Amino acid sequence: MTDNINSNSVNDNNGIKPNDINNGIKANNIKFIQGNEACVEGALYAGVDFFAGYPITPSTEIAELLSKRLPEKGGKFIQMEDEIASMCAIIGASLTGHKVMTATSGPGFSLKQEALGYACMAEIPCVIVNVQRGGPSTGNPTHVSQGDINQARWGTHGDHAIIALTASNHQDVFGVTVDAFNLAETYRTPVILLFDEVVGHMREKLIIPEKGELPIVDRLRTSVRKGVDYHPYLPREDGRLPMSDFGAEHRYNVTGLFHDMWGFPSNNPQVVRELLHHLVDKIENNVHTITRYKEHYLEGAEYILISYGSSARSAIHMAKNRRERGEKVGVLELQSIWPFPEAMVREKCANAKAVIVVEMNMGQVMREVKACVDNPSKVFLANRIDNKLINPTNIKTLLRIIQGRGV
Amino acid sequence: MKRTRFVFSGSGGQGVITAGIILAEAAVIHEGMNATQTQSYGAAARGGSTRSDVIISNQPIYYPEVNQANILVCLTQESYINYSSIIRPGGLVLTDSRFVKTTKKVDARQIEVPMYDMVMEKIKKPIVFNICMLGALLGITEFVKPTSLMEVIKATVPKDFIELNQNAFELGMELGALYNE
Repeated sequence: MTDNINSNSVNDNNGIKPNDINNGIKANNIKFIQGNEACVEGALYAGVDFFAGYPITPSTEIAELLSKRLPEKGGKFIQMEDEIASMCAIIGASLTGHKVMTATSGPGFSLKQEALGYACMAEIPCVIVNVQRGGPSTGNPTHVSQGDINQARWGTHGDHAIIALTASNHQDVFGVTVDAFNLAETYRTPVILLFDEVVGHMREKLIIPEKGELPIVDRLRTSVRKGVDYHPYLPREDGRLPMSDFGAEHRYNVTGLFHDMWGFPSNNPQVVRELLHHLVDKIENNVHTITRYKEHYLEGAEYILISYGSSARSAIHMAKNRRERGEKVGVLELQSIWPFPEAMVREKCANAKAVIVVEMNMGQVMREVKACVDNPSKVFLANRIDNKLINPTNIKTLLRIIQGRGV
Repeated sequence: MKRTRFVFSGSGGQGVITAGIILAEAAVIHEGMNATQTQSYGAAARGGSTRSDVIISNQPIYYPEVNQANILVCLTQESYINYSSIIRPGGLVLTDSRFVKTTKKVDARQIEVPMYDMVMEKIKKPIVFNICMLGALLGITEFVKPTSLMEVIKATVPKDFIELNQNAFELGMELGALYNE
């Protein structure tokens, strides 16, 4: 029986071969740590050198660990007065040429939304970690939820596109964190890491890749010489916009207003239309390159579970047990939530008798799945909204009802 | 070890969470196993009931919580009352004889060890109660090699406390060995 793992993700080492895993790997590279710590290791690997934040459960360990690790490597850590200021600080630091990150949870993520929109509009690379807890409002700080899926997509106002990644185990937390920095630089956009309390606080094995094992995308800087006019918002032929460290060689304007290639405000209808198209198209047109997912027992599956984050662990656990009993159950684990991988999901689910979305909210990803599959009536929701981790039995109960086998 | 599910329970401050982490870390770092550790997590800093779930396996571990424990450790009466029902038939329940009065309702091997009293008598530092408990557990069944566990302790505790912890660990091993089958 195989646990097929296909993914565009650069990192597929799932800590899965325990017996030979320690062979040939330096002992210092094997860690037994929390998911939040794995995120920090990934960020440092990707080259983060500026973090501003306001600690909040269950993301606190990210700020705590970076407050120690960043100064050690010459980076900067600032605890700001609140989440709004933290978001603004990383935007400013990114403009000056740094790789930046902030980390928060539900209520803090709400506060960051205005500045997040500014980063979308001004095209400033940054990574925002949201370790999800129960909500709305202060909700349930120490317990798990996946209720911020749509907030990540539409929390800030106005038409825009966004990238949001997630992971269910620490090796992947590390991998998608590195990916988040790479995508932020490639597309000049905020990237959101949607983790959850279980993944954030759980401890498990992480093998830190050697330098060079995972690709790192560095800041694309302009080749325009000092003293020569630099257009901050004039894309190259491939659509990318080279940056110039703010305050260094070139003078330019940055604004949240619609702006021309100089960065100056404009309400010229053509400028407005073209900029909005650019902001959305640069991400939506690259959905295939941004899409990240894993397949577990998916080959020939009649019943497909779609899940992500910690709930995917329960889905995979259940599918493994069902397969051992000869039932054709598989899991499609999403690692990129936004832009939603519609074409991939439609294709994978084409022959399924039923598709069950396993998540810890009231159906936020289920609605996306219903919107993209050929037959929405075969899509079901297995969820828990009591801030407890959904367990394999919860999923099995629904599966049996769908199969007409009763509970 | 195929797949073993542990629940460590007690009162905040007894070190049950730390004990779970140390055991799991020993399995991962020194024995090439997979392990997960989760904990129930509330707002209280100390006192109150705490529980730490550890799964150790040579296979990948997905669902990380323990619904039925192979091994249950209870260091308070309250935790014994709350969790004794989750033990798998044929499992092992380890309790401290000073803090827990067991009942005969559990379909499992119940071992009561005077860990706390022996720590206070021989070492006189309650802080190493949890390490003595780990020693007793490994004395009963060698889930991981004692040397693996000591390596983790050495890497975890401040240098001046290593000997103290080593003594507690060895004391526990001796106590547990009495029940080794």
